[in-house]
Parts: sequence; C-alpha cells; structure tokens
Amino acid sequence: MPIATVRNAAPLPLAAIPVMAMPAFRRAILEGVGGGRRLLFLGGMVPPGAATRLLAALADDRAGEIGLFAADVAGSYPALTPECPAAHYFEREIFEQFGIEPTGHPWLKPVRFPPGGATIGNADFFAVSGEEIHEVAVGPVHAGVIEPGHFRFSCHGERVLHLEIALGYQHRGVEAALRDGPYKTSVHLAETVAGDTTIGHAIAYCQALEALAGIECSQRALALRAVALELERIANHIGDLGALAGDVGFLPAAAYCGRLRGDILNLTAELCGSRLGRGWVRPGGTAHDPPPDRLANVRRRLAAAERDMRNAAELMWKSSSLRARFETTAILTHQAAVELGAVGPAARASGVDRDARRDFPQPLFFRGRPAVAIGNDGDVFARAMQRWREIENSIAFLNEVFDDPGAGPARQPVGSLMPDALVLSLVEGWRGEIVHLVVTDATGRFAQYRIVDPSFRNWFALAIAMRDQAILDFPLCNKSFNLSYCGHDL
Amino acid sequence: MFKTLLARARQGYRTGAYLKEDPVLPALFRGRPEIDPARCVAGCADCIAACPTGALTLGEAGPALDLGRCIFCDECSTACPTGAISFTRDWRLAGSHRDDLLVTDAARPQVEALGRELRRLVGRSLRLRQVSAGGCNGCEVEANALGNVVFDASRFGIEFVASPRHADGILVTGPVTGNMRAALLITYEAVADPRLVIAAGACAISGGLYRGHAEVADGVEGLLPVDLYIPGCPPHPVTVLDGLLRLLGRIGHQVRGR
Repeated sequence: MPIATVRNAAPLPLAAIPVMAMPAFRRAILEGVGGGRRLLFLGGMVPPGAATRLLAALADDRAGEIGLFAADVAGSYPALTPECPAAHYFEREIFEQFGIEPTGHPWLKPVRFPPGGATIGNADFFAVSGEEIHEVAVGPVHAGVIEPGHFRFSCHGERVLHLEIALGYQHRGVEAALRDGPYKTSVHLAETVAGDTTIGHAIAYCQALEALAGIECSQRALALRAVALELERIANHIGDLGALAGDVGFLPAAAYCGRLRGDILNLTAELCGSRLGRGWVRPGGTAHDPPPDRLANVRRRLAAAERDMRNAAELMWKSSSLRARFETTAILTHQAAVELGAVGPAARASGVDRDARRDFPQPLFFRGRPAVAIGNDGDVFARAMQRWREIENSIAFLNEVFDDPGAGPARQPVGSLMPDALVLSLVEGWRGEIVHLVVTDATGRFAQYRIVDPSFRNWFALAIAMRDQAILDFPLCNKSFNLSYCGHDL
Repeated sequence: MFKTLLARARQGYRTGAYLKEDPVLPALFRGRPEIDPARCVAGCADCIAACPTGALTLGEAGPALDLGRCIFCDECSTACPTGAISFTRDWRLAGSHRDDLLVTDAARPQVEALGRELRRLVGRSLRLRQVSAGGCNGCEVEANALGNVVFDASRFGIEFVASPRHADGILVTGPVTGNMRAALLITYEAVADPRLVIAAGACAISGGLYRGHAEVADGVEGLLPVDLYIPGCPPHPVTVLDGLLRLLGRIGHQVRGR
C-alpha cells in the first residue's frame, strides 16, 4: 500500500493517509528506517475508540518529504524499539497514554506520570549488579537554578556504567490544553512549551495554523520571524558556551558569555519588548514591526557583540586546561546519534548532516538560510565548537536579512482552518528540530495537537554518551546537550 | 595568561549602574500596567474578552487587572479602543500581599520590608534555593541572569545556593505541577526557620497560563506562606532584583511592624 507524503507546513486531507494492517505498518517503519529514513513521529491518535489509531511519520531528509501511514491496534502489538531504538520514547508514550502495550519493549515505564497513573518516582530503575556497584540518585531538585528531573547513576567507583534519566516533573498538560483549539491561550501555550525556545515553538504553532488556513505571511513577517529565531539560537548558544566554561572553572569566558547572552536577549527585547521574545510571533505574521532605525541599531549592537563573542570563544579554544576537560569527554558516536534519531547541534557535532532549515524548506527561509555546520568527533568539545560555528553562521545570515528585511504587512488575518486535515510543522530551533503535528476535525478545530520537542529525542542520547564516563563529568556533559525538561514533559 | 588579561581589558566593566541609576530598558518593554477607567466606554468589555489568562475582570469602577495572573502579553491594551489600559515601562512590580497585585488605576504594588530582626539576619546576605515546579525555564533563566556580571545580585549579598540547608528561603517558579508538589514541600521543610517564600512569575503566583489544569496546583497559594510576589511572564531580572531589595529594606523604608 503506498504511503502518503507531505512537505513541511503543507496540509494533507486525513483521508489520504493509508491505514494498514499492523504487520505492514511495522514493516513500513522498519524498512523505511533501514533505508535511511528517520522516525519523525509515532503515536496514538485521540480520541481512542475500540481500537487506537497509531500514526507514523518517516522523514526523508534528503528529499525533504515526510511519509505518513497509520494502523489500528487494540491491546498490544510487537514493539518496534528492539529493531528501531528511535521508537523507544514514542512507544513508552503510547503505552502511557493509551494502555496499548508494545510487547517486547525493553524498558516499558511511564514517560510523564500524568494524573491518575503511577506516582512519579515510584517506578523501577534500571539496576546494575555486581561487586562494588553503587547508585547515585540526583534530583528532582538540583543544585543549580534549573528545572527538575531525576538522574540515577549506576557506578563502579567514579565510572558511570549506566545513567537513567527519569522525567515528568514538569508535566503540566500542554497538549491537552491545545486540543479543541485554537483558543486565545493557544499561542501563549506554544510560547511556554519551553520558555527558552519561545520563538521556535511559537513559529511552529503559527506555521501550522497558517498552513491549515491556507494563507501566506508577507516576506516582511517571515524575515522578522527568521531574525527572531536566529537571535534565540545565538543567545542560547553563547549562554551555553559560558556555562560550559563555568563547569570547568574557566571563569573569564563564563563571565563574558553570560553577559553576551544577555546582550543578545536585549536585542530581542529591543524588537518586541520581551527578552525571550514573548508576544512577537503571532498567527498571520508578527505583532511588532520595527522601524528601519531600530533594525539598524540592532544590527550595530549585534556586530559589537559578535566581536566580543569571538574574543571569548577564542579564549576558550586556546585554553589547554579547558580543552583537556572538553576533548574526548562524553562521546556520542555517529552510529548512536543516527540510531536514536538525535537532532540539532548535538547530532551535527557527531557528524549527522541534518538541519530542518535546509532539509525541510519552509516559508520562513524564503530567500536563503544559515549555512549548516557539521562536526565530527561527538565529544563535549565538538558540541561546544558546534555552538560557536552555528553562532557565526547565524550572524552572517542575519546580516543578509538586515540588508533586505522584506516588505509587506507584518500581520494578516488568519481565517478558518481546513477541516479533516493533518499538518506537520517543522522548525529548527536552537536545540534542534521542533515538530508540531496538528489534526483538525470536521469543523476545523484541533482534534489533535502533538508536540515533539528536540529534547524528547535527545535525552536518551545524553544517557548513552555518559556511559563509561567519570561521574564528575556529568554536569559538563549535561550542559553540552542542555536539553529541556518542560519541552519533554509538556 | 597574557591573552586572558588582554581579553579582560577588551571585554570591559559591564556591571549595570542599577541601583544608582534606573535600569536601561527597551522602548517596547512591557512593565506595570495602568488603567484609566475614565476612558472606558460604557458596556465595553473588549479587554476582558482579549485576556488569555482571565487576569482582567470588570467591576463597577472599571476593569481590574490581577498582576498575579497577567502574562504581560499586551492583548488587552491592543484590544482597548480608547487606550484605557496601557503598559508602562515601570519595572517595579513586586508586592507583599496578593491583594496588592490588583491594578485598577496608576498605583504601584507595595513591598513591606522585613522586620528588624529578619533584616539583621538576612538583610546583607540573602541565600535562596530556587525551586522550579513546572516552570517553562522562562522564569528560571531570568533568575539565573541575576548571577551574571550585568545584574550581579551578589553585589547586594543575594545569591542562589545549591542546598535548601544553606538557604534563607526559596524562590518558587512554575504552576506547581502535581509531580513536583511533594518535592517543593520537602525542599521548603528543609530550609531552617525563619524562612522566606518568594513566588516569581504568573505561574507560581496563580497558575498563570496553566491555571485550572488537572496537572497543576495553581501556584503556591494555599500551599506555602508567601512573603513576596514578583509578577511577570517571566519577570525581568531587574524586576526580581527590585522586589528582593525592597523586601530586604535596601530600597524604600516601609518597615513591617514587628
């Protein structure tokens, strides 16, 4: 049975998605992934009837196409995870949300512990046994000003044999609140899926809405969104470089980068009033349209910040004590990154040539896009260097946008949404690919609103990278990924 | 070493002039809202309809805006046909009492400084444990920014510490998810008495955007005794700093009777 294919932010009538028998559904996924495609989404559709409809989306990064197909399942089905590790979290989610058991799943425990189910923390943890094995339990409340999660290390001496990351503490019902919308709260909820990725998730939401409404934003609005998205990337990347320097006690770079992160956030605030970009991206375009002198001012300040960022980064790369801690630490191999479906700078630092800005063309980058940097070594140093190269590429791109920031109305009205349709909205946020999957009902309301934050794919990659590492390197390794708790927990 | 010193000279001195001078805020900054009920048109409720969080209610005297629920999104002032609601650039938003956060005119919420004995204990050295209880990492990153060289809260003796055992109080963010409720209460219990509770951001004060969700407790209200409310979504770092300094009696001198 042929599968349906869509492009990024292009709606598809629901009826076009083939419903297969379970064996064919499994085969389509396994053969697709074996042939170089990527599991973009796997999940149950609400409301569940007598049978739950599972939907799978396979991304063909080279063709920029996404294959969609479904199967109905009641009770259980043979798990895909043993043959397709990227399905690991998706299948746990299916089990948690619908009670459908993927039989043979190697570690079937709750993902987010929603109300009415098991109490959070009250679950089995992966155990390593043997002489002198000990466990270290950290969290949910951590030492820093950071979101909550529980980390369980199984160690021999200082060597970590296995790390289990148990999340769900931030679960606050984002997807359920988006369902049946759009409501007046919806865009604000999107902005708070992960507060440090306000722009990324807001664009993903608006792009989905606009695709379903069949409207195109003006070039001006798209250019402003691209500015917002890249400023968000630069601010978070430089902030993380500073935090990485701080984690190995290299305080000069930590201080400079901390200040520079704020300088970039202030540029966003200059353009929309909020350092995190709240209230900037809105359905139909953007809420703020800066006059030319304000854009010129931002460009000038960005150039000054770039010089100081370069100075701080070079200080880091030239510090042998810093490099000694960064290099060969917590390697995520290319193979593991591919098998786990890792995304974003963490995947690119392991040589995975994947970036939604290039692979899944979208209205946002109508004229051009930042160059894609690809690393190789997959260690903490590679992930740090990856951040810096992405900063450089984003600034070069921003200067092109500032040269010609487009024309047209900043915002247009959004009409009613296409009924009985599905749209996939992909945005390359600073952590990686954000996916919003929206399904409308017969009246054009959201029958289904699913969010896959890049962290959902990458948390397990962090756990794998920590194997055989010294436990003292965990804060460093963790920061080199800097994943979102709330983006995962929703 | 030489390169490090050279970089230090190049990067310069960056700590802000706040408190000596007012903070530098962008032209579009959305701070304390003001309401001018005289401008309201009879029968108009456009602002109430536009508000995504139910922060606005219509009383007999005009609209009332609850800063504890407001996410400073600007939808109300955009919807208002007469400019009766506007967001000023005033960063001072913190209040001591939940009721203080109800805006009906151009007045600013007030912070009562701690009593003399507490100020003697923590006035020049306040150590806080931050607990994120469902926060989206918006309030958290802005609280974290207090530690950078620009805001440099440690100038005033204010620092975040790793353990509640080392803390004088907790700064809570997030709507208090059911999954974080126990951890939040345990962390609070671990702080030695006397201990302060600071609720930062709309979520921690009222549940914010997440109010009414089955997964959350609508903020700390009713769970913990709050000493300071800091509105915002998220509050600007200088708003947090201003609230803390007022609580410590370092700005203004309205001393709570004790």
